[in-house]
Amino acid sequence: MAVVTRDSEASGAAAGTSRPAAVSRFYTGMVNLEWLTKAWWTILSISLFAGIWELCWFFGWADPKLLPPPHIFLGNLAEQGKFFNTATRWQVGQAMNAGPSAFESVMITVGATTARVFIGLAMASVLAIGMGVLIRYHHFFDKLVLPTITLLSPVSPIAWLPVAIFLFGIGNAPAIFMVVVALFFHMVLATVAQIDGVSPNFINVARTMGASKRQIYGRVIVPAILPGMLQVLRLNLFGAWMVVLVAESTGVGYGMGQVIMLARNTFNPSLVFFTIAVIGVLGFAFDWLLRQAQRRILYWLPDTKEKLRGL
Amino acid sequence: MAFDAPPTFSSKDAVVCRGVGKTWAAGTKRAHNALTDIDLDVAPGEFVVFLGPSGCGKSTLLYLIAGLEDATEGQLWSFGDLVETPSPQRSLIFQETSLFPWLTVWENVSFGLSIRGASKEERRTVAAEALQRVGLKAAMDKRPDELSGGMRQRVAVARALAMRPKVLLMDEPFAALDVQTRARMQDFLLDVWRDSGASVLFVTHHIDEAVALADRVVVFTSRPGRIKTIVPIDLPRPRNLFSRQAEDLRIQLTDLLRDEVDRAFAEQEALAVTA
Repeated sequence: MAVVTRDSEASGAAAGTSRPAAVSRFYTGMVNLEWLTKAWWTILSISLFAGIWELCWFFGWADPKLLPPPHIFLGNLAEQGKFFNTATRWQVGQAMNAGPSAFESVMITVGATTARVFIGLAMASVLAIGMGVLIRYHHFFDKLVLPTITLLSPVSPIAWLPVAIFLFGIGNAPAIFMVVVALFFHMVLATVAQIDGVSPNFINVARTMGASKRQIYGRVIVPAILPGMLQVLRLNLFGAWMVVLVAESTGVGYGMGQVIMLARNTFNPSLVFFTIAVIGVLGFAFDWLLRQAQRRILYWLPDTKEKLRGL
Repeated sequence: MAFDAPPTFSSKDAVVCRGVGKTWAAGTKRAHNALTDIDLDVAPGEFVVFLGPSGCGKSTLLYLIAGLEDATEGQLWSFGDLVETPSPQRSLIFQETSLFPWLTVWENVSFGLSIRGASKEERRTVAAEALQRVGLKAAMDKRPDELSGGMRQRVAVARALAMRPKVLLMDEPFAALDVQTRARMQDFLLDVWRDSGASVLFVTHHIDEAVALADRVVVFTSRPGRIKTIVPIDLPRPRNLFSRQAEDLRIQLTDLLRDEVDRAFAEQEALAVTA
């Protein structure tokens, strides 16, 4: 990853006056090549998986009614898209074909679910990081709060589902609550662990420089835990995607979870796999975005991955 | 008491220790006495090296002087003030690099000033001056991970100097460097020491390093750490480390240390047998 950054920086510098244009073009070419190679491997990885599935179907080992291969569930996108028209599904007398077009339906559903994931993730992160820092900042808080958080952290999101409905009824609120409650406790514990992992030397340096407790937290501990926290955020992004479907499958007007439930109730495996494919693509895309952000923000991290590859 | 001359208390002394001791995890089953009965006076501008086997408590003493840990016995003063908390007057430089990786070199050097709320121009000026003194002004805008180990330690020295400390505390600062770099860094440190006029308290387990640097070498016993003896190094500076006197001092220090290392080994073996 870092190689790409350095090359792109180099190409940025090369675009100036210091390097001849040919060299600059060569560098840019190298960067593109690297991206192309990565893209190829991604395509190969997915093709291999899909290929095995298709073969199983070809030889008749996978019943297309139960395990329809990709060419079937991706075959008729427009038809599949119609099922995403859950926005109007609850209205009395509403026909299947009424309302937004298939493409719009998919976009509305995907947008609604994504928004729930990100609002939930953002709320959980802010609350959890704040709570984690407070726990370490005030010893009193630590003793008062940490036992309860540790106690609640192994509770499955499924167990929170009725609570969400009792408290918030149906709609966006219970789904977001589910995401927050499923992530919050782990993220608090992760934040505390990150703070405990900060090198004591960093803290001692700040202390000898006369930094106050507040300055030590603000100037040293927060930047020092940032790399770890972004990692935690990335892992919890997947967690949020898992939970939001559970939440949506019960009491939200529209969303991917609703589509899955519809597919289940109408025995439509094609739709299940189609939705899974959409979620997979979304999760992949957002993880990629977060990794890009991570690389930009955390310019100072050494690249262990490159070293492991060299073994 | 291992002290030869009767200690004279002076409020002008850079560091004064009286009956200082440290027990880690005091009051628990894991309690162990790292350091006991330390009486020591360091004059302003003096270069004192703490020499002893690993785990003899010499680093602990440095942390106590820095004010980062509390002594469980005795008291410490610095320039007449009781040592209770860390102070920018007493800068500590660590063995491993302790530069903040998220800051540039100059931001690292001026970190202490930013704590005091100094303006950016002032911070940059002071950082440039401090980096000039360690010969790294050109690296101002680099990141710590772009520097070599020796350069990073020089930046750490610059960061300490930027606070204009009266006492520089150094905890095996060159231990992670290769032999050639270490020799260069010793010369560099002596220049910095001469220019700054600060007292330096320098922890090492290298006898060569002690002879090259110190006005006085404080030799520690193994645990609990006590001052075994204090050896003055009366070699003229700049020192010829291949002279007969330097060789004699190395032999003397080696003999003093050998007993302690032997004793430490015997203790560890005894522990291993009972465990």
